Amino acid sequence: MPMSYYLILSAAMFAIGVLGVILRRNPLVVFMSLELMFNAANLVFVAFSAYHQILDGDLFVFFVMTTAAAEVAVGLALMVAIFRAKHTIDLDEMSMLKG
Amino acid sequence: MNFETVLPLAPWVVFFPVLGIILNLLFGKRLGEKGIGVIASLAAGLSFGVAALLALGLTGHPEGGTYHLLRWLAIGDFTADWNFRVDTLSVTMMLVVAGVGTLIHIYSIGYMHADVRHEGDPARFRRFFVFLNLFVAAMMILVSADNFLMLFVGWEGVGLCSYLLIGFWFEKGAGGIANAQAAKKAFVVNRIGDFGLLIAIFLIFYNFGSLDFETVFAQAPQVAAVLPGVILAITLFMLLGVTGKSAQLPLYVWLPDAMAGPTPVSALIHAATMVTAGVYLVARSQALYQQIALAQDVVMWVGAATALFAATIALGQYDIKKVLAYSTISQLGFMVTAVGMGAAVAGMFHLVTHAFFKALLFLGAGSVILGLEHGHEHAAAHGSHTEEGHHAAFDPQDMRNMGGLRGKMPLTFWVYLIGALALAGIAPLSGFFSKDEILADASLHHPAVYVVLTAAAFLTAFYVARQLAMVFFGKPRSEAAAGAVESPPVVTVPLVILAVLAAVGGLLNFPTTHWLEKWLEHSLYGVQPAKFILSVALISLAVALAGLLVGWLIYGRKPLADARQPDPLARPLNGLFLALENKWWVDELYQALVVRPYLRLAQFLAQPVDQGVIDGLVNGVGNLMRATAQSWRRIQNGYVRSYALTILLGVVLVITYLVLR
Repeated sequence: MPMSYYLILSAAMFAIGVLGVILRRNPLVVFMSLELMFNAANLVFVAFSAYHQILDGDLFVFFVMTTAAAEVAVGLALMVAIFRAKHTIDLDEMSMLKG
Repeated sequence: MNFETVLPLAPWVVFFPVLGIILNLLFGKRLGEKGIGVIASLAAGLSFGVAALLALGLTGHPEGGTYHLLRWLAIGDFTADWNFRVDTLSVTMMLVVAGVGTLIHIYSIGYMHADVRHEGDPARFRRFFVFLNLFVAAMMILVSADNFLMLFVGWEGVGLCSYLLIGFWFEKGAGGIANAQAAKKAFVVNRIGDFGLLIAIFLIFYNFGSLDFETVFAQAPQVAAVLPGVILAITLFMLLGVTGKSAQLPLYVWLPDAMAGPTPVSALIHAATMVTAGVYLVARSQALYQQIALAQDVVMWVGAATALFAATIALGQYDIKKVLAYSTISQLGFMVTAVGMGAAVAGMFHLVTHAFFKALLFLGAGSVILGLEHGHEHAAAHGSHTEEGHHAAFDPQDMRNMGGLRGKMPLTFWVYLIGALALAGIAPLSGFFSKDEILADASLHHPAVYVVLTAAAFLTAFYVARQLAMVFFGKPRSEAAAGAVESPPVVTVPLVILAVLAAVGGLLNFPTTHWLEKWLEHSLYGVQPAKFILSVALISLAVALAGLLVGWLIYGRKPLADARQPDPLARPLNGLFLALENKWWVDELYQALVVRPYLRLAQFLAQPVDQGVIDGLVNGVGNLMRATAQSWRRIQNGYVRSYALTILLGVVLVITYLVLR
């Protein structure tokens, strides 16, 4: 398969992820959209890794996945804490820091 | 005494007073007045002991030396060290400072004991002795300095102590601020002089590349040959410093006001030692002054003019200490004239004898004031029938309130008489020899100066007679004077010692032996052998006697009957006496010419310039920031999604730029 397929798929995934992050108000969906963006990047990594026959890209994907897992853990913990305080996790309700 | 063995002791002239300060600060409260006084006096006395050892060492090694204590500054090629210069000149000053200083410390134990109770704050006893020791330490740094920078440290140190001690009773005086104002005046006027000295030091550094005395003085002839203007500028700026510290025209105005300090302070700082620092500086820097005849002439005439001018003012004063203050200015004028003429030995000789007899006079005046305060309190306690209001305004320093103290305070009278006659220049007391040496030198080279100084000497004898008559003769003119008693021995013993010194001090440089001259010629530049001229001596003696006689005829024969009688000279001299009484209105003149324009300028800079322009600029920038922030805060709406969108747009922008570049 030509390289461009992978890239187009990755770009599409990334764009969907961005739209999800920006448009959705449910933080769980936002997290999933973030995962989609991570995986768009991961897809490009593995694609180029296979294309160039170097393992660097594969290796990097593991780091990204680990970081993403840690980030989600922190994010979910935050959500639990916020829900306890505000009894909602609607992102638009969390605007106390506005200027 | 081997010089090399005593030389390392040199820094102890400073360390002992500092040790006294530390001990008194740490333990003074527990020790009580006796302990504080003993520690402080001991510190000054040990300092004197070190100075005496150094002097003994110098007898076998008169060229002296320096003791290196610490490196202070090293910037490129320039270095300044804490070096203690031990030569005949500095040791002479050390002996005077520590010797007279020790006597005054002892005297102060008695004087301040009464004074702190009279002023109602006994807790301040310790502070006085700490300041006094601090002064001795600073003065020792000044006289033992081996470079101009170290000298300047001492110079500023004694100025600080002067300020602190003038304002010792800072909440007292007329309106509760007079003493504080006097202290401030002394400080500010001295700053003007110090500014001159600093410029001189900068010029020396710029042109000589060093501030060490040896280097500068050795190079002075070469520099003078190439750049005479530079040496002239250095010497004249230095003279500005001298006029400030040694109270010469035109910066003398602080010294009379400095009498607001306790009397021992007036004796130690404002008569015997600190004010002679300027004379010492010119004597030390003879190598610079003797290069330029014009500089010498300026110094000489400043001194001579001051000597006469201050002597005239002393005639019209009623405050016993003010008379002595103007007398001090006048005598300092004699010394400055001497060092200006190049007769540095005569100047130093007069410095030493003046330290003896003027300290004696001030301490004697202090004893008189103590006696009067005692009499005043005694009269008040016994419900005296003086009219109301007179009590509150009673001034124990006003000579019109005195009179007849000869019988009440006999010891004080006799020592005061010795000091006064020495000041007037009556042979064979010390003042006669030292003043005569200056007059003899002036008569040979500068006849006009000689005439001026002789006139000043006449006036000196005249105001001395006036003061003696008003204070000690006639009948008591107030109940306080009638009830005055002799002071305790701790006060009178230093007086007696000083009286002996004031009487025999002339032996130091007696016309046949010239001991002081042979001593000082090792460290002074260009010493000319002094001459004793019999005719000059006889004339000055005759002038002094005539002054005393005229003074006695006017004030002594028919003493003032009561405190409110005008001065006998007020009617015949009329306007002139008014001028003398008001010190020629110099203070008013300075007020109008300098102080008020300066305050107006300060007011202008404070109100329109600072609060208008500067504050306007600063507040304007602040307001601009706030307005900008106000309009930009809308961006910060608190919605995470809009921040994410902003980040996205930013990333898109950056990538677009990178791609399209």
